[in-house]
Amino acid sequence: GMNLKVLVCVKQTFDTEAKIELKDGKINDAGINLIINPYDEVAVEGAIQLKEKKIATEVVVVSAGADKAMDAIRTALAMGADRGILVKQDTAADEYARAVALADAIKAESPDLILAGHVASDDGSSQVPTRIAEILGLPHVNVITSIEIADGKATCTSEADGGTAVTEVAIPAVISSQVSWNEPRYPSMKGIMQAKKKPVATVDAVAVDNKVKIVEVGLPAGKTAGIKIEEDPDVAAAKLADWMKNTVKVEVK
Amino acid sequence: MAGTWVFVDQRDGNIRKVSYELLSEAKKFGGEVAAVIFGQGVEGLAGEFAKYGADKVYVADDAIFAAYNTGAYVAQIVAMIKEYSPNAVLFGHTINGRDMASRLAQKLDAGLATDAIAAEISDGKGIFTRAIYAGKAIAKVEVTGSPVVATIRAGVWEVVEGAGAGEVVKAAIAATAADVYQAAKEFIPTVSARPELTEAAVVVSGGRGCKGPDGIKVVEQLADLLGAALGGSRASIDSGWLGHELQVGQTGKVVCPGLYVACGISGAIQHLAGMSSSKFIAAINTDTEAPIFGVADFGVVGDLFKVVPLLCDELKK
Ligand SMILES: Cc1cc2nc3c(=O)[nH]c(=O)nc-3n(C[C@H](O)[C@H](O)[C@H](O)COP(=O)(O)OP(=O)(O)OC[C@H]3O[C@@H](n4cnc5c(N)ncnc54)[C@H](O)[C@@H]3O)c2cc1C
Ligand SMILES: Nc1ncnc2c1ncn2[C@@H]1O[C@H](COP(=O)(O)O)[C@@H](O)[C@H]1O
Repeated sequence: GMNLKVLVCVKQTFDTEAKIELKDGKINDAGINLIINPYDEVAVEGAIQLKEKKIATEVVVVSAGADKAMDAIRTALAMGADRGILVKQDTAADEYARAVALADAIKAESPDLILAGHVASDDGSSQVPTRIAEILGLPHVNVITSIEIADGKATCTSEADGGTAVTEVAIPAVISSQVSWNEPRYPSMKGIMQAKKKPVATVDAVAVDNKVKIVEVGLPAGKTAGIKIEEDPDVAAAKLADWMKNTVKVEVK
Repeated sequence: MAGTWVFVDQRDGNIRKVSYELLSEAKKFGGEVAAVIFGQGVEGLAGEFAKYGADKVYVADDAIFAAYNTGAYVAQIVAMIKEYSPNAVLFGHTINGRDMASRLAQKLDAGLATDAIAAEISDGKGIFTRAIYAGKAIAKVEVTGSPVVATIRAGVWEVVEGAGAGEVVKAAIAATAADVYQAAKEFIPTVSARPELTEAAVVVSGGRGCKGPDGIKVVEQLADLLGAALGGSRASIDSGWLGHELQVGQTGKVVCPGLYVACGISGAIQHLAGMSSSKFIAAINTDTEAPIFGVADFGVVGDLFKVVPLLCDELKK
């Protein structure tokens, strides 16, 4: 086996089912169920599997956010991570500020592998892991669907534009997950009990100003329902074909 | 001030459509429009960009750029930015585009707007519209910097032909082997006669209502008749009827084609996140209460196994 220390960046996000409402021009988080960003959950699972395969010996989860983010850390601990770090930071921190704060916490841990999600389902930014890699001067492989580690190298299969890519990098490296990498486990009752006793350190975020300013948040105009017909299949098909040809102006091959 | 740069996303000389979309729109930001292309043996492609309004085409042609690699590409563009001082650098929000833009922005100690769906750029400042919470909210963000850097979602801007001077400028090669830290071992292209999901003008998707591979075949026939990309909901991907790269939605691809046809898809919020910005949406579903009808411009309450083949017949007429 190898003795890798794996660190996983876990962002707490809204449940993907959540209905978004505004309050005073901002997203209202009152009453919203908070979860681990789905991609990060996959990264946590990936890290735990590395431990089960005796490639890793320790899995540390780090989250930057408010006190509430402790719940996301505890969930990851219940899945099987060993300890956590909460980087206390205003949730209004932008990608730059978050990357700076996370990189600082990561540096203090000197992990062999840093896992993250490839995108946060709330901000949809796809920036933070790449920025962390740049700050730490490490390689980054994005949107991975599998990983193999041997001889100080990580070989990753990842989604690419127009295909699948296999990339090799030296570790330490930052690796960001795609959901198809694995199927995250549910925390067991035993896991949940154990998680309560696992150590979580709290540190303050490095104070840096945001680079991106939010000018305005609004709700989308939203598509509204158009025509809906319930008729015999042949009539319905003819009407739909007519709409496609004359309104959408599709080309038929 | 050199105006707006559009970084051309290409692999083996195949240019992604989003590059043309960006070039077409870049004229609106005033000043010169330039295409920037890195690769090996790509000089011959330079002529392509004048057609879409490029006044200049910066070419960095070297073996080191043969395949996309973050380190060398970022080192090169940083050197070029220093030399030519563009106002803004735009990338398509592709996998490589967002990788390069994020690394570039961090190197410049700058902010970055990713996956933007609208932009206003003036000297040193950009206001970008972004879909957040998977499209359930919209944010306008301001990014300052010289240059302003952003990635733009594919499909939101139209490709418009326009005559640019297309003056070719060969850039000095600044990247060195020391900048390369990833080894591209293999690339397996997705072999399909159909267009790619994020590039297609029409997307036809099948969900759990297809009930199995046979139902997917019905949907495929419609896709091929329309020259469309094939997509699916997570249910049809998880069932193994379609490959993972074809998933549309929050944890799949975000598409905004001219027409999206949802067959046997209920319209879960995570699916809507991937397709509700399509220009036109059609839905075929047996359940009149299905949420997909709430976003459909044309909804047919009916059995896809009956309606889709008849629709194909009608379209052929
Ligand atoms: C974190 C997370 C991320 C997710 N990400 C995604 C994502 O990226 N993409 C995605 O799609 N889903 C995603 N999902 C799953 C999503 O919640 C839904 O479960 C999924 O979209 C349902 O797929 P479906 O509409 O095909 O199936 P169903 O919801 O089962 O709908 C099937 C529909 O077919 C109709 N039907 C049945 N028979 C016929 C017939 N003969 N003719 C016509 N219609 C028929 C039914 O009326 C029904 O409306 C995600 C879920 C979570 C929790
Ligand atoms: N506040 C945060 N705390 C921990 N990890 C984060 C945070 N923000 C972003 N990340 C990581 O970076 C990934 C991409 O986020 P983003 O760049 O915001 O889309 C996420 O999936 C996380 O793994």
